[in-house]
Amino acid sequence: MTLDSDSDLEGQIAQWRTYTRRRRELHHADTEELEDHLRSRITELTEAGLRTDEAFLIAVKRMGSLDELSREFAREHSERLWKQLVLPGEPDARAAARTRRELPVMVLCAALAALAIKVPSWFGFDLADEDTDFYARNLSLFALPALAAYFAWQRRVGVRVVGALVALFALGGVAANAYPLAGDSQSFGLTAIHLPLALWLVVGVAYVGGDWRSERRRMDFIRFTGEWVIYFSLLALGGGVLTAFTAGTFRAIGIDAEQFISSWLLPCGAMAAVVVSAWLVEAKQSVIENMAPVLTRVFTPLFAATLLAFLVAVVWTNSGIDVKRDVLILFDLLLVVVLGLLLYAISARDPAARPGLFDRLQLALVVSALVIDVLVLVAITSRIGEWGFSPNKTAALGENIVLLTNLAWSAWLFLGFVRGRAPFARLERWQTRYLAVYAGWAWVVVLAFPLVFDFA
Amino acid sequence: MHITKDLVAASATPLVLGILAEGESYGYAILKQVNELSGGRLEWTEGLLYPLLHRLERVGHVESYWQTPPGGRRRKYYRITDQGRAELVEQHRQWAAVVDALRGVWNTARAINPIVAPAWEAGR
Repeated sequence: MTLDSDSDLEGQIAQWRTYTRRRRELHHADTEELEDHLRSRITELTEAGLRTDEAFLIAVKRMGSLDELSREFAREHSERLWKQLVLPGEPDARAAARTRRELPVMVLCAALAALAIKVPSWFGFDLADEDTDFYARNLSLFALPALAAYFAWQRRVGVRVVGALVALFALGGVAANAYPLAGDSQSFGLTAIHLPLALWLVVGVAYVGGDWRSERRRMDFIRFTGEWVIYFSLLALGGGVLTAFTAGTFRAIGIDAEQFISSWLLPCGAMAAVVVSAWLVEAKQSVIENMAPVLTRVFTPLFAATLLAFLVAVVWTNSGIDVKRDVLILFDLLLVVVLGLLLYAISARDPAARPGLFDRLQLALVVSALVIDVLVLVAITSRIGEWGFSPNKTAALGENIVLLTNLAWSAWLFLGFVRGRAPFARLERWQTRYLAVYAGWAWVVVLAFPLVFDFA
Repeated sequence: MHITKDLVAASATPLVLGILAEGESYGYAILKQVNELSGGRLEWTEGLLYPLLHRLERVGHVESYWQTPPGGRRRKYYRITDQGRAELVEQHRQWAAVVDALRGVWNTARAINPIVAPAWEAGR
């Protein structure tokens, strides 16, 4: 009997311990101290004649709610909410060993990326001279392989995945350099834009550890991309400050640092930042609330209002959209923004939650973007005969169709969800599956467009 | 009897330092001792005691160490430092001044109108 209730008690205390461990405000030592407290009280209560389970209940109740307790601890230890930004604050043995190895590997990969951009200059391609074409074509081939290598190491991917990664990057290298594209041709610009996109999705294969069929992992990669963009922008801001100070301080003592900045600091720093931001996202993903969904929450209503206002203005003034050459690109970008807002709202949403006001806003945003885009497309197709098909226009039109298809079907699925007819997971699955379409399109533009348009 | 939060918080530091000045102790024992000293009228929560102990440790009034008594559990003990003793003396001086002043107030008050339990206190 005693033995039985003793093991019962241990089970209950163990459960209590796991609850307290989840609190970031309570460190391991605090939990231990509180557990000692709990046990002392239980012992006293049982000695006074209570059964152990009763004593446990009373002791836990006396300690008060964990929320309140951790609030009091947070007031004294406010640094704990911040401390783990870069490294785990606690010497948790297993995590610490992992971090110890992770940091040097990350630094190594960042150094490789920084070095990679300097390698061509040893063979006579100088960044400052007229070889900028070369760098524009190959920009994504300097840092992204290092990033993919970092993830390949971290996820411990198999040989076959490594082989696939190497083959895809080699293909990218061939696509960038084998075609005789002139620096001022349209195909050249398209390659410079689309190759990074294609290779970023190759990085995605490394990110998901080769498990690219898994929808959950794909969604993780989408989340990662959003956070990466934010961290990269932050690092770029910091880098800008560093550059300004480097230039200014050296000028003050009569040394011109321009050469150093433009040929070392900027290119190497930017390449290394690609890897460092990725590492930051990984290191912090469980620590801070992700930023991309927060920004999405702020901007979805604003964009929805803007687009609706635009639609009202079009109807009110009864003016057609002035279809200039660049307008298609502008509306492509608009669709990308709307899609981004949709993706990051999806990535942070609890799939089990019921549709709410925010989902309706989202639907309004997507539908208004669709209506606007259809207006633009109608205006453009009537005039495309005048222009003929150039690489730029074909790419812009193709992208528009790719995005439009995605958003149209998303709107349909979203409508079903808001009306309570379809589960949210279908929308999520649609978006993660569509990643393959982006990859396919980017590779087509990079590999096939120069051939189709005769290197124009 | 209910003692307001401000009073509990203000008196917590000298109480803990005073108890630790008698000898090293640990959280649960301190809590029990406060309870006994106040005749059960001061009810501290764990959310008050442990952050307070950690704060006193941070500013250097107490120091802590883990100890496992033979056949017992690992337990975190607290011990007062010299700085803590100085602080206790200082607190004592301040509280003596406050208590003196209050005593004066109670005496004058009693001289003017004899002490009567207010109606809202009667039910307690």
